[in-house]
Amino acid sequence: MSTLLWGALPYVVFALLVSGLVWRYRYDRFGWTTRSSEIYESRLLNIASPMFHYGILFVLVGHLMGLFVPASWTDALGLSEHGYHLLSLFGGTVAGLLAVAGIGMLVYRRRTNSAVFRATTRNDKLMYVVLVGAIVAGLVTKLMHSTLSHGYDYRTTIAPWARSLFRLHPEVSLMDGVPVSYRVHAVIGMVLFALIPFTRLVHMFSAPVQYLFRPYIVYRSRGSRELPGAPPPRGWEGVGS
Amino acid sequence: MVMNLDKCIGCHTCSVTCKQTWTNRSGMEYVWFNNVETRPGLGYPRRYEDQDTWRGGWVLNRRGQLKLRQGSRWWKLASIFANPVLPVLKDYYEPWTYDYAHLTNAPLGDDYPVAAPRSLVTGKPMEVKWSSNWDDDLGGGPELAPLDPNVERVRDEVGERITFAFEQTFMFYLPRICEHCLNPACVAACPSGAIYKRTEDGIVLVDQDGCRGWRQCVTGCPYKKVYFNHRTGKAEKCTFCYPRVEVGLPTVCSETCVGRLRYLGVMLYDADRVTAAASVTDDKDLYQAQLDVFLDPDDPEVQRAAERDGIAHEWLEAARRSPVRDLISRYRVALPLHPEYRTLPMVWYIPPLSPVVEAVSESGRDGEDAGNLFGAIDALRIPVEYLAQLFTAGDPVPVRAALDRLAAMRSHMRDLNLGRQPDGSAAGAVGMTGDEIEEMFRLLAVAKYEDRYVIPTAAQADARRLEESAVPETCSLDHQDEQGAAEGGPFGAGSGRRSLPLVTVESFHALRRRQTADREEEVPGP
Ligand code: SF4
Ligand code: SF4
Repeated sequence: MSTLLWGALPYVVFALLVSGLVWRYRYDRFGWTTRSSEIYESRLLNIASPMFHYGILFVLVGHLMGLFVPASWTDALGLSEHGYHLLSLFGGTVAGLLAVAGIGMLVYRRRTNSAVFRATTRNDKLMYVVLVGAIVAGLVTKLMHSTLSHGYDYRTTIAPWARSLFRLHPEVSLMDGVPVSYRVHAVIGMVLFALIPFTRLVHMFSAPVQYLFRPYIVYRSRGSRELPGAPPPRGWEGVGS
Repeated sequence: MVMNLDKCIGCHTCSVTCKQTWTNRSGMEYVWFNNVETRPGLGYPRRYEDQDTWRGGWVLNRRGQLKLRQGSRWWKLASIFANPVLPVLKDYYEPWTYDYAHLTNAPLGDDYPVAAPRSLVTGKPMEVKWSSNWDDDLGGGPELAPLDPNVERVRDEVGERITFAFEQTFMFYLPRICEHCLNPACVAACPSGAIYKRTEDGIVLVDQDGCRGWRQCVTGCPYKKVYFNHRTGKAEKCTFCYPRVEVGLPTVCSETCVGRLRYLGVMLYDADRVTAAASVTDDKDLYQAQLDVFLDPDDPEVQRAAERDGIAHEWLEAARRSPVRDLISRYRVALPLHPEYRTLPMVWYIPPLSPVVEAVSESGRDGEDAGNLFGAIDALRIPVEYLAQLFTAGDPVPVRAALDRLAAMRSHMRDLNLGRQPDGSAAGAVGMTGDEIEEMFRLLAVAKYEDRYVIPTAAQADARRLEESAVPETCSLDHQDEQGAAEGGPFGAGSGRRSLPLVTVESFHALRRRQTADREEEVPGP
């Protein structure tokens, strides 16, 4: 069981993520969008959405720091274990609360605004359940296993395990002593990763940083796509009438 | 495109045909690529011209460079999670349908059943409170028309109050499509780079596969002509009917325009000068700056440059015959809509003159005499200041000049119609010759289909290339006298190495008969 969860599942998730992205890019570029509902309601969204997104971005940074920066590096910087713990506790909690408050408002908005609710697909609902589950589980776990003076030190167990995944040599045994709630959070998180390519979450992979570097006006040529004999562009195929 | 506002009757045929062609889908109910607004009025979406609220178009920064009024690139990325100034459905209108089924399903009763409105967005019963044309024909005028941002500016800047009392008011129609700007703010606002301007014909399009639904373009466009499809989550905009234009057909709105007031043609311009023109300091100079960007296709220098850059001869020819160029650059009667947004819009308008003759006649003078007409333009019912807010960033001079030319045309043509030899004074007064006036009249009043639309097809250039590859270099007639030799080819006529000429139907049958004939007499003569 533990081999399955901590040895195989991560790779399955990774394969799903990558192949799903490739598949989506090749076959559903048209569906690759944020599917914004701002046009129905913008006042609440204007507060909640930035709150959630910034919160979750900080959470992401925190996870990267916790999982992929070994304790020896922060030690070298002169940051004691206790200092790190406080940083992670307060930073993580603030970011987590921001994200939770944001998504709470977003879910509330989605449920009460009938236009937005009508535009919610089953796929969205599933995604929301997993997303909220992952965030709440994470926050609860963090708070459950931390006091001001001391906290569960995942940097000796979970973090090395996560890094061992990338060395293609998962050290499954590291996860043995980990509290249940951490494990639950990790599994939900992995499910969420697997869902990304197949839900609207996919928009995270089109963060438009290139915008900062391109000229304002984009020119494109019509090209020779309409030369006779060339296959019709997508969406222009004959309908046989 | 140029639209002659004098002739618009506000029938909305253009909007409806456009909608039927392009936007009659779910998610696009509220979208009007073409809409016709009554002026003065709020426009669509409501008060879209109030850029302090909607933050569309460009402004100059402190160093005199163009930047989006929306904010810098960094700001736009930082605020990408919720566009702070996106118009919501309420600013357009909530689309609805009627519960028609109720008409047949209603149980028997004393009253006639009615079909109550149902929202197309929520599916619930709703009260219809606004639509794309709620203030059509000055409906609700005294209340709504003073909220027109242009009316407000006339009041604030010129200190003139426009009255909306029934006897003193005025109105005209303003049909609008996407301007296919030379310096499009929507393109600049798109973080994904999905909106682009085509190099061949300048049409501004949204790449539906590239759009990620960030909604920045909706804010970027000062004319609010990019719409967000709330079902697919993608931006959509007027395509200038590019599949039609590419094969030489006018756009649907032009083709179906009842007033026959739309003109389509090629304008050559210097893309390298666009940014400089859009950054002139004074808003009022933008009109002239844009005129200077346009190139004169009769100029040999321009012709040479066009040839060098591989612009097809048909396009150059079309540019020379372009009715749009005549109206914009030669007669100078067409003006851009809101040049102060600095996008260098490419749908220009001939300002309306209509009620003036009436007004002068009422005062007991000859309403079509040039002298009286010119004098009356200042006292027009449609205030020149109002038109200037729309078309020249508030500068009355170009508007006045355009109206003068239209008035001169009336006077001149009346002389002709009455069999009098016009003395050329009316034409001279506006710096035109009698011949020019008559040409302009032909274009504006007679407005033949082939004069209104001069559209080189995109395919022509391609077709020529294709033809060249399929057809032998020489004309098929050149082979005529070699025909005998060819017949001596190893496997009959046309065989051998020589490339095949185009086979017409006659020669096909002639060939078949020759090849299947038993006796020589049966073979048809040459
Ligand atoms: S009018 Fe058209 S081309 Fe100009 S900014 Fe708006 S959408 Fe873009
Ligand atoms: S079809 Fe022509 S006349 Fe009718 S509203 Fe449209 S532009 Fe005006």
